[in-house]
Amino acid sequence: MDKYITTPLDDSIVNDLHAGDMVYITGTIYTARDAAHLRMYNTLRENKPLPFDIKGNIIYYMGPSPAREGRPIGSAGPTTASRMDKYTPELLDLGLKGMIGKGKRTEDVKSAIIRNNAVYFAAIGGAGALLSKSIQTSKVIAYDDLGTEAIRELEVKDFPVIVVIDSEGNNLYETAIEKFKK
Amino acid sequence: MKEIEVSSIISAVKDMCIEASHFLTKDMEDTLVKAVDAEESELGKQVLKKLEDNLKIAKEDMIPICQDTGMAVLFVEVGQEVHITGGNLTDAINEGVRQGYVDGFLRKSVVSDPIERVNTKDNTPAVIHYDIVPGDKLKLTIAPKGFGSENMSRVFMLKPADGIEGVKDAIVNAVKDAGPNACPPMVVGVGIGGTFEKCALLAKKALTRPVNVHSEIPYVKDLEIEMLKRINESGIGPGGLGGTTTALAVNINTYATHIAGLPVAVNICCHVNRHSTREL
Repeated sequence: MDKYITTPLDDSIVNDLHAGDMVYITGTIYTARDAAHLRMYNTLRENKPLPFDIKGNIIYYMGPSPAREGRPIGSAGPTTASRMDKYTPELLDLGLKGMIGKGKRTEDVKSAIIRNNAVYFAAIGGAGALLSKSIQTSKVIAYDDLGTEAIRELEVKDFPVIVVIDSEGNNLYETAIEKFKK
Repeated sequence: MKEIEVSSIISAVKDMCIEASHFLTKDMEDTLVKAVDAEESELGKQVLKKLEDNLKIAKEDMIPICQDTGMAVLFVEVGQEVHITGGNLTDAINEGVRQGYVDGFLRKSVVSDPIERVNTKDNTPAVIHYDIVPGDKLKLTIAPKGFGSENMSRVFMLKPADGIEGVKDAIVNAVKDAGPNACPPMVVGVGIGGTFEKCALLAKKALTRPVNVHSEIPYVKDLEIEMLKRINESGIGPGGLGGTTTALAVNINTYATHIAGLPVAVNICCHVNRHSTREL
């Protein structure tokens, strides 16, 4: 089913999303990948605030290629989510509501998704040129020294994703494969 | 003796970095387009169509096909009659990579040390494999490798008693473990034989062979066909979202090996199987 949602997310939006839904996201989302997650993890160990309010928000696991002149961003597709698994349950417990990436997650992440009524979306891996067309603005808001791994605030319009793990723990990667296995 | 000035090497490498990141070879593009019709899953078809659109946008707007423009891997065949002038070959290749990634708006994804992890900000150094060959030509092949799929690649040190069935299981298991992480539909490069490092190199090089060309060795060709069929029966499908197109091709290279060994390397590449070749 096709669904159109706007950020930030709340329980009523998340409850309506089911594994396999095509979802078009409009609003503000934040990028963070390996190095930014490590810094956020260390920030929390020092009892300091995260560089943005993650409550109700979505993190997009993505590090773009540089923008050409006059464009908001370069190529901008998802990176493999499992490298962030170590840090994810804590962020979900702090209020993170959604993640966009690609690939499998651990059972720990799945449990944290269910516990916090959150959602894991996949964007199409390797379609960075196409996905960049749904990004209207991009601004580095933290960790500028990390280059492509800095945290960016993106304004997106109808950004296309697919629900992989929904708030009940249904996992599209597991169910869809069974359907076509021969 | 033929003289080749390093400046011509620098500019060739620079152009090839940019070309490979924005344009797939015709065999890759044709195979991807053909897959749309063959795919049995509706969602899988949609994903493949979007990948087709993505290639078009990349070309027309000069946006890299994938944001992970990779670590630059080069296969260099140096004719033994070639004399490089004006500098050294390795420096020239790295300078070409530097200029290609900086001037071509490509992502800088290389850190100088695996533990200290400081970005070099120009995507150097490249990983360069040299071969000395007869003749007076310098042949450069660049294959920028993204790490979503590189991370899912494997080396298996099988026993001779495992035989071809062991090899088949190793290939299929590597692909199944990779699943959605490696951005399917994948291209699967396989190296069989040699030593620990040689089989990995065979597998990487297999990815640069056109996806519509089989091995010239009859049993290897049969193995390529059988493996592609088995992989596509796994159900993983485009994007890992279920379907019948999990891989676009399986390319296998073989080499002599030791009486005690059967090394197998599976180097997985996503559908953005980029490479570009020039001869100077």
